[in-house]
Amino acid sequence: MSTHNEHATDAKAEARSYTLTLTMLLILTVITVGASYIDFGQGNIVIALTIATVKATLVALFFMHLAHDKPVNGLIAVGGFIFLGLFIMFDLIDINTRRDAVPQILHPPATQAVAPPAGAAPAAAPAPAAAPAKKE
Amino acid sequence: MEHTLTHGTASGEQPHSEKNYLNETTGIWSWMTTVDHKRIGIMYLVAVCVAFALGGTFALLVRLALLNPQHTLFGKHWVDQEMYNRFFTLHGVVMVFLFIIPSIPGSLANFVLPLMLGAKDVAFPRLNLMSFYLWVIGAVLGISGILMGGVDTGWTFYTPYSATTSTHVTIVLMAAFILGFSSIFTGLNFIATVHKLRAPGMGWFDMPLFIWGIYATAIIQILATPVLAITLVLLMIERNFQIGIFDSRIGGDPVLMQHFFWFYSHPAVYIMILPGMAIMSEIVPTFCRKTIFGYRAIAYSSISLALLSFLVWGHHMFVAGESDLANVVFSGLTFLVALPSGVKVFNWLSTMYKGNITFETPMLYALNFLILFSIGGLTGIFFATLATDVHLTDTYWVVAHFHYTMMGGTAIAFFGGIHYWWPKMTGKMYNETWGRIGAILVLIGFNVTFMSQFVMGGRGMPRRYFNYLDQFAPMHMYSTIGSWILAVAFLVTALNLLASLKFGPKASANPWGGTTMEWQTDSPPITHNFHDQPVLEREPYDYRPREVTHA
Amino acid sequence: MSTTTADLQNPQGDEHLDDVSHHHQHHFATMEQQFDTSKIGMWLFLVTEVLTFGGLFVGFGLMQNRYPREFVEAHEHLQRLAGATNTVVLLVSSFTMVMGVLAARTNQAAKCARYLWITVGCAAIFMCIKAYEYTHKYEEGLLPGYFYHHHGDLIPGSHGYSTFFSFYFMMTGLHGLHVMIGAVLLAWLAVRAKRGEFNSVYYTPVDLVGLFWHLVDMIWIYLFPLYYLIK
Repeated sequence: MSTHNEHATDAKAEARSYTLTLTMLLILTVITVGASYIDFGQGNIVIALTIATVKATLVALFFMHLAHDKPVNGLIAVGGFIFLGLFIMFDLIDINTRRDAVPQILHPPATQAVAPPAGAAPAAAPAPAAAPAKKE
Repeated sequence: MEHTLTHGTASGEQPHSEKNYLNETTGIWSWMTTVDHKRIGIMYLVAVCVAFALGGTFALLVRLALLNPQHTLFGKHWVDQEMYNRFFTLHGVVMVFLFIIPSIPGSLANFVLPLMLGAKDVAFPRLNLMSFYLWVIGAVLGISGILMGGVDTGWTFYTPYSATTSTHVTIVLMAAFILGFSSIFTGLNFIATVHKLRAPGMGWFDMPLFIWGIYATAIIQILATPVLAITLVLLMIERNFQIGIFDSRIGGDPVLMQHFFWFYSHPAVYIMILPGMAIMSEIVPTFCRKTIFGYRAIAYSSISLALLSFLVWGHHMFVAGESDLANVVFSGLTFLVALPSGVKVFNWLSTMYKGNITFETPMLYALNFLILFSIGGLTGIFFATLATDVHLTDTYWVVAHFHYTMMGGTAIAFFGGIHYWWPKMTGKMYNETWGRIGAILVLIGFNVTFMSQFVMGGRGMPRRYFNYLDQFAPMHMYSTIGSWILAVAFLVTALNLLASLKFGPKASANPWGGTTMEWQTDSPPITHNFHDQPVLEREPYDYRPREVTHA
Repeated sequence: MSTTTADLQNPQGDEHLDDVSHHHQHHFATMEQQFDTSKIGMWLFLVTEVLTFGGLFVGFGLMQNRYPREFVEAHEHLQRLAGATNTVVLLVSSFTMVMGVLAARTNQAAKCARYLWITVGCAAIFMCIKAYEYTHKYEEGLLPGYFYHHHGDLIPGSHGYSTFFSFYFMMTGLHGLHVMIGAVLLAWLAVRAKRGEFNSVYYTPVDLVGLFWHLVDMIWIYLFPLYYLIK
């Protein structure tokens, strides 16, 4: 059985690891805010989400003790995120590969353009079947 | 299977005390504040059976409205399309959210799972009670919505109609939202229980397969139901504040709503069927007096069904505007998800082969399941195939398909399980003859009702339609007559079970000669389930003679 | 049968420890089994929260796909400094939370209560900054759904702006609700900690609420860049 002194040093070591984790988290926050002022194009979102994921992992591993816990808890946590990822992935597979439901190719009548149905917002695509606007 | 019980034997002598979980404390308050999983299971049982009767009533009304093309009864018009829309919507809403999803997990699994594990209760007994009360609150809200006039959107609540119809959508959505949390907490409880409360000596592959099925169900409940919750919230907000996420007229994407909705609702159908399959894995070996064939295959197929079920939801949306690539991906994955179900069916059949089969009521329900679920499952392949889906989607083919799987599968297994565990739960034995009559009537009534719907669907009759062409009149009439046979069948069954409470003979601890732990304790069990902590000494479904295993 | 002996509850034999046998539920063989089970239960609950918020994130992401220009323009109205401050506040609160759990586990009741109260304080600061942000939005007419009435948009009449703010209010609102619920739970825990209810044998509630609090922090870790930083 541990002595009281060992308890104390264990606690100190733990407190140190928490402080270290907090420092890392704050540094990453500064980085992510700073990076948002620089224009990396598509890279901005990748950087921001990557840093967010690193921060979340640090919180999970150290603040939520997953690093030292029974593995079942980590399995549950990871499992949840995997399924969320599946949801996102399949939705994107659909939404990014849609073509407009209204074909704009086959010999439109020469006299009138295809008018959007009444009530549709002008900025949204004319979408009787609600296909989303193509990315410009 | 031995355990450390020093008095009473497996053949069911009652111990010296007549106290059991039913009579140890009395009065309605003791039931309303119970944290005993068995009492909660009984309350759920009553609740979902009442829900089944309500949903069934709406079904009878639906079928009655379609009895003939003129929609008359004895020459009188009694229903119009508005009312009809509400009938089928409410039938779906009540059956899906109030009956089938909570049915087996809330009632039978609640009662039996801790007993099978050799545990005293589930992991979180108070959470268990909360799950039940959430069901009650959801039911009250749902019924209020019904009494206010109901909803007419179909149970699938597709936008933009659900965002704009004047019927009482919001309150029904709130009911479903609360019922979702009831389901989540039940699943949470079962996962924790299976992980941590198994009897000494019971490893994962020593558990009865019923547990595997319920565990797989619980995984889906945890992962899928929250997405339903957020879908319903978004729908409520869309309806009341017009945020423009799902309604195309204000810039939203209705197919997105379907993605959100079906991400839950497809796994939900596996929440429905997995417990039914779990019951099958208990009934079949018991009434064939034979070890189940392919224990690990069934265990793994339960888990893989749970996981694969998350990858196929797009097959509900093949003609809704999904991209071609997504269609192909979902189609392929849907073929994949059929495999684990097939594995189970073949394993049950192999269990029966050269078994010592007897045909008590639970076994009759199990045979019903095999026939009806197989038909249902096979007809689902027509929807996985893009080419045929285009023609069959939203016809009566799909209505028949899901009734064969959900009703011919889950509901049949549910009633089989009720009969199977009736002696354990109540300490009484039902009348076997009437039980068998009920089971056979169910089979006949079911096929008359729904086989005719396959025929109609294949010939193009659309679902949810009030008016139909004269050529479909005979099939509609057969289907309606079938619904009456079903009603009689369920009435017979219910009366038989209820009568046994008063007139039935006392049941022994193990009337069926089962090998799992719940049969090693009294019928009905004492409040703490076991007199002494049982220890696992024998594999489940081990029907070999004692001399062989205790050489 | 909670016939726990002094050995089981109290391996170090410390006499000053509260008798925690009343926390030991009858269907668990040991306190350790009970604690492990509670943890599994809490993680399962957190997964449901992840999937709930995740659904909202997915909706936001897909709507951003649909209205890229409107979303970029709308996000300029968000106050980056307020958001960043809130991020720091929550990270610090996560730190004080886990320090509180450590204190409970090492029998330092007063310290535990102090850390928990600081965490509640951070939550309060967070909500104040939130309230300030919301007031600003209200004044500018940047409101959800059909309440949106901001002028000066580059693409007037487009639904993208109101959709952005619908999601903004839904997600930050739901998150804020969780912050408030967490704060109430933490305050309750702080009171109990001061009374000496937690020790090295029984600190389950502190640990579990801590897990909940860290999740609240994690959600904000994702919310902040997606709404405030990304163009």
